[in-house]
Amino acid sequence: MDFGLSQDQVLLKDTIRRWLDAECPTTRVRAVMESGSGHDPALWRGLAALGVTGLQVPPAHGGAGLELLDVALAAEELGWACTPGPFLGTAMATAALLASDDAEAHRRWLPGIASGEVVGTVAIGEDGDQWDAAQLATRGDGATLTGRKTLVPAAEVADVILVAAQDAAGPGLWAVERGAPGLGVEPLKATDMTRRVAAVTLDATPAVKLAAGREAVDRTRDAGLVLLAADAYGGARRCIDMTARYTLTREQFGQPIGAFQAVKHQLADIVTDVEPALSLWWYAAHAWDHIRDRAERHAALAKAHLTDLYDRTTRVCTELHGGIGFTWEYDLHLWFRRAIFDRAYLGTAEYHRARAADLAGW
Amino acid sequence: MNLSYSAEYERFREEVRAFLREHWTPQDAATGLDDDSVAAMTGAYVRTDDRATAFRRAAVARGYLYRHVPREYGGSAQAPDPLKATIIAEEWKRARAPFEIMGQGPSMLVPTLLEHGTEAQKRFFVEATLLGNIRWCQGYSEPGAGSDLASLRTKAELNGDTWVVNGQKIWTSSAREADWMFALVRTEPAAPKHDGISYLLIDMQTPGIDVRPLKQMTGDADFSEVFFDNVRVPAQNIVGKRGQGWVVSRSTLKHERALIGSASLQRRTFDGLAMLAQGVEHRGQPAAKDPVLRDRLVQIEARLVALELNGYRLLTASARGEDAGLAGMVTKLYSTQLGYDIAKLAMDVMGDRALLAPGEPNAPAMGMFGSAYMWSLGVLIAGGAANIQRNIIAERGLGLPRDARK
Repeated sequence: MDFGLSQDQVLLKDTIRRWLDAECPTTRVRAVMESGSGHDPALWRGLAALGVTGLQVPPAHGGAGLELLDVALAAEELGWACTPGPFLGTAMATAALLASDDAEAHRRWLPGIASGEVVGTVAIGEDGDQWDAAQLATRGDGATLTGRKTLVPAAEVADVILVAAQDAAGPGLWAVERGAPGLGVEPLKATDMTRRVAAVTLDATPAVKLAAGREAVDRTRDAGLVLLAADAYGGARRCIDMTARYTLTREQFGQPIGAFQAVKHQLADIVTDVEPALSLWWYAAHAWDHIRDRAERHAALAKAHLTDLYDRTTRVCTELHGGIGFTWEYDLHLWFRRAIFDRAYLGTAEYHRARAADLAGW
Repeated sequence: MNLSYSAEYERFREEVRAFLREHWTPQDAATGLDDDSVAAMTGAYVRTDDRATAFRRAAVARGYLYRHVPREYGGSAQAPDPLKATIIAEEWKRARAPFEIMGQGPSMLVPTLLEHGTEAQKRFFVEATLLGNIRWCQGYSEPGAGSDLASLRTKAELNGDTWVVNGQKIWTSSAREADWMFALVRTEPAAPKHDGISYLLIDMQTPGIDVRPLKQMTGDADFSEVFFDNVRVPAQNIVGKRGQGWVVSRSTLKHERALIGSASLQRRTFDGLAMLAQGVEHRGQPAAKDPVLRDRLVQIEARLVALELNGYRLLTASARGEDAGLAGMVTKLYSTQLGYDIAKLAMDVMGDRALLAPGEPNAPAMGMFGSAYMWSLGVLIAGGAANIQRNIIAERGLGLPRDARK
């Protein structure tokens, strides 16, 4: 029994944190966020050079061959730094490819993902808060797809979109390439400006069906749930850290506000709830690779709980900052916005808790 | 990271089952309780009769109980392994077998004696405590020393080979049933307050001890005031050196926080709650099908699972000699709040029947959860008030300024 990170994992986190500290301060986050595409190719190449895009890609395709836990550790660090760009979509696309048993698709896409030349994403959600593979309306017909997907991350810059849809055999995954005929990408304005989303329309769009059924769609979603939970933890811990520092420097009534019990206790309460929740996404990530029969339920628990906590943390931290926390110039709202994305994307906390209750047979 | 139940663990589970089949029969397990949620909550049947004691001895010999205690003092000296511990707890629950004796003796005094006790103290007290033959109460709080425990005033003066104790303790759990008390007393009145305290073991049968029950809000009297009037305690009943009682007691408090923060108690209550929610009906359907209660049930489960896994994380950190930092500091506050919320949800799951009193046979689960709800308030206070915990977390964990204190 061992429930801790390896030396390599600690080093991975540390390397990413130091690199992002140096290369992606919030000035750069804001520049990317205010740019046209929301994607900074130089930043992406830098992450790829660090190995972040290829963590889970098998060595035969140019990656490190690590596990979802390692990807989640990277997600935690990107959440800490509020890193903008297509990481979530690409990491989920990688998980989708790995969850499908399709050697041709692996050869076609994984090397580019590992090297950073390919940006990927997944399209699961449909209008009406629909994230259930068996309820998807998008239809596959031979070598084409028709339907409308929504809230697709990084769709504008993606080279490949792995689309969850259904055909006569039930749910599955199809690969759609950038610029395919009949593919429409309509940007949607999202509160979180670090991760763009779009609606994707498919009108008899050429698509390659992967050797993947419902299980692969569900595992793709579960990987996404884990990555959102890890991002939420990283972001929440960063907000707590920022706020603790701020309360040491801000003085009122002749002393740092951090000396007031009202402030101390609010911060203590939030960190008391957040810190043990780390274990929840660690376990869910580990289960995705190693304890299959618990993976689905624990991914749901982790996503629901961590994103609830992230939302609460950003609210408390904003309150503790006072007026400055409500300004555009102060960075806190970047994480506040990110928390809104994490909570809603792939379905709300309530939706996943209802699924967890179903899975328990309650 | 490695948490999978490998073949080794499946084999272990089979061994545990075979042991239980051989040593604890269905007749032994008959509890007279027909409600599974009650049985789940009271899962550690605290039987201390001869049959239960013989069973515990056999289980210790096989390495299943008191795994952290050395063999020579009545434990089974096994390497920490939460997966095995979980398997044991699950199989014990299934067989309704007597688990480790809970309470302040095994959970607080035993680890303290193992760390600071003399050989004679360990030989005399540890095994008897683990088997339930010596029951303990804790003499810490005083009327004027609650959160500021180190200001305690009950004094002990050494007279030849005897300590003479005078003063008063309060909020002493189980004082009436206890055979012995572990107590903090002031022995060095001239020293600074933390350095003037010693840790004494006091036989509750000693003349001069007066135990007066204190009725708490639940209506029961689980606590007492304990008065000492020239109570004579043999000099060798000190644990650690004179004036070191504060340091010795810190190790006990650490264990109490671990005890109160332990996820297994909350797991037991939660399992009872989950069964209750499936059994109690609201307007013709189980409470667990109500969307709001169902959502709250899973919210609480996620918090519980996080606490359980956080325990694995702490254990791994401790095995590696790493400091777990905040992850260890927050467990007590986290766990008491979780305990309150589990009990509160159980009240809501009972619906209108929540107003029935504990012990009312027509109440779901015999009203046990109503009792748990009131108790959850007491647990918030025991072992250091929640606000003291918040100060510790903010100051030591987050680096915020210390409160003014003398």
